[in-house]
Amino acid sequence: MQIIQPHYHAIARTAQDYERMAMSGVVAVAEPAFWAGFDRKYPETFIDYFRQISEFEPTRAAQYGIRHFSWVAVNPKEAENKTLTREVLSQMPEFFQKPTVLGVGETGLHKSTKNECDALEAHVDLAMKHQQLVLIHTPHLADKVHGTKRVLEVLAGMNVDRDRIWIDHVEEQTIRPCLDAGYWVGFTLYPITKCSPKRAVDMLEKYGWDRILVNSSADWGPSDPFTLQECVLEFRRRGHSLQESIDVFHNNPCRFLGQNPKFDIQPIRVEPCARESASRSAVEK
Amino acid sequence: MLTASQVAETYFLESRYMLLEIAAYLDRYDAASIREHSHNGNSSDHRKGEDPKLTLIRKALASLADPAAGIERTSALLKLFATL
Repeated sequence: MQIIQPHYHAIARTAQDYERMAMSGVVAVAEPAFWAGFDRKYPETFIDYFRQISEFEPTRAAQYGIRHFSWVAVNPKEAENKTLTREVLSQMPEFFQKPTVLGVGETGLHKSTKNECDALEAHVDLAMKHQQLVLIHTPHLADKVHGTKRVLEVLAGMNVDRDRIWIDHVEEQTIRPCLDAGYWVGFTLYPITKCSPKRAVDMLEKYGWDRILVNSSADWGPSDPFTLQECVLEFRRRGHSLQESIDVFHNNPCRFLGQNPKFDIQPIRVEPCARESASRSAVEK
Repeated sequence: MLTASQVAETYFLESRYMLLEIAAYLDRYDAASIREHSHNGNSSDHRKGEDPKLTLIRKALASLADPAAGIERTSALLKLFATL
């Protein structure tokens, strides 16, 4: 089955992960800009990072037949540095011209401070002015509900195209207000700290899968890109069809990411081969 | 050996994760039960005739929540699950 991994921090992973992902059906990954584990001091560090994910990483993925796309942003954890944020934002539009950059992300909130909210607004504003998609990170654990509420409040005060905004890391307590407000949402599967494959399937069964993306993030921390395949397996073992699986794990990413024409992978439909089914019918008659 | 606060810190997220999985298991069972009963036209009594496995899980959770349960909780739970 063909799978798209819409949120994947490839630079933190090995070539073996690419190889195993390719062997298990992954045809494309999309890599948002991420926190490096420490707060970066210089705009140039971001620019080189953006070059890495928009120029070099696609070549590494291509060795395994995987398409690689990316997003650019200042991570919410670094948004307290207002000068840094402003300078990086001013240089982001040049990356919007790169053939595999899909938009602005992951922006969002970590502690939901005023500076973080200002940075989120500036990122979304820039994206809307340049007709870019937006990927928004919501906080983890204890800050989840408050941070998600603040994200929705910031967005509600702006003139945005909600179809082009994906609010990520939603869980049972935050999914409904995000969907009700008209945004796309993402489930992020982590071994311990975020959503599990089983819980993700529970939510798919409860809410349906319109405007829902499933990803495993997979970064330099405790994480596993194959939680996405675990989720596919869990979805299938509960009796959902192959086509429904493709709709969730391949076609939905195509539908959201494909709003940027650079993402040219099309939704797919599984149908019996016409000639074989016709001849089978003839034999049966 | 770890101190009490180190134990609390080290295994907190893992325990949180496991409890969330149990909560999701109970929710999943209830949702399926409601679906089945509404399919049969009687959605009000979906708790009736609960699967004994679920009853056992609820007993186990109640036993864990009891502060007087002592330090042999794991052993007590294994004995409880052996009754199924």
